[in-house]
Amino acid sequence: MTSEVSRGAEPTRRGRLPPERVALVDLLDRLLAGGVVVTGDLVLSIADVDLVRISLRVLITSITEATMIDPEGLGEPVRR
Amino acid sequence: MTETGTYVYAIAHGAGGPDPSGLEGVAGAPVRTIEHAGLVAYVSAVPLDRFGEEPLRRSLEDLDWVEATARAHHRVVEAVSEAVATAPVRLVTVYTGEEQVSALLERRHDDFAEVLSHVAGRREWGVKAYAGRPAGTPSSGGREQEGESPGTAYLKRRQASLHDRDTAWRHAVTEAERVDAALSAVAVASRRHRPQDPELSGREEWMVLNGAYLVDDDLADEFVATLDTLRGRGLDLELTGPWAPYSFTDIDLGTAEAPDDV
Repeated sequence: MTSEVSRGAEPTRRGRLPPERVALVDLLDRLLAGGVVVTGDLVLSIADVDLVRISLRVLITSITEATMIDPEGLGEPVRR
Repeated sequence: MTETGTYVYAIAHGAGGPDPSGLEGVAGAPVRTIEHAGLVAYVSAVPLDRFGEEPLRRSLEDLDWVEATARAHHRVVEAVSEAVATAPVRLVTVYTGEEQVSALLERRHDDFAEVLSHVAGRREWGVKAYAGRPAGTPSSGGREQEGESPGTAYLKRRQASLHDRDTAWRHAVTEAERVDAALSAVAVASRRHRPQDPELSGREEWMVLNGAYLVDDDLADEFVATLDTLRGRGLDLELTGPWAPYSFTDIDLGTAEAPDDV
């Protein structure tokens, strides 16, 4: 763990990470909870952050269930 | 031919912003600008068969789609914010057409001007703090007292383990408050995002702080130095940024104040 203490700090201190290196999860924190929100005359916007969070969770859970053995060892059936 | 909408990435003052030609937006579309009332919006056309309300609902289930869209949005915002004060717009904000975007710039000119002056010469930094979880239930080799049933011994160990956990958690949260307070003292504004789910962050430790700090460019070195003084007290501190000021432009320009548009 100690090797990770400064992970992320060193490269950013000297300048921005290239956009493709930025962690998706950090980006989504900002893109889904920040930024100017304009409602009303739109075609659409993601007003409901929870919708996306839930979608991602469902997606990741389904990946985990399909590829990993039950990590808690609780004997739950592993879905395929 | 598919109907298109106008996807908005960011708003800036009309002068000094980067030339959008060469910038690639979501779905690979070229980025353009719409100038009006001294403001400029960076936009691109998007097909409504992917960005309409119903298709979007399905698209959001597709992590690859979400990632590609988020990264494209970020690329454009970065390009603008490296050059000028920028108000990023929330991910997936789509108008029916350019005229609607011009109308927005006119109607909300003062709001945008206020946001832009708040973030001018400042950047956002992210700081996440992790605390190691104490080991869970001791696996084996516990001290079983003589005459004590294995069940009782287990429960005792379990209780002690939960107590350790609770103590460690409180300590980590207190320490995170100190970190947040020290960083906020250097920042112009601060904000906390929700802790990230371990499945998304990829880290098992507790995330006890997911902070965003708006810092004057002149004080960026001081901010980083302050963070370094806070290391080594039990929390693993991770710095990200500098970011465009995403977390400090989340004003809601709703319809409440604009009934005259109807």
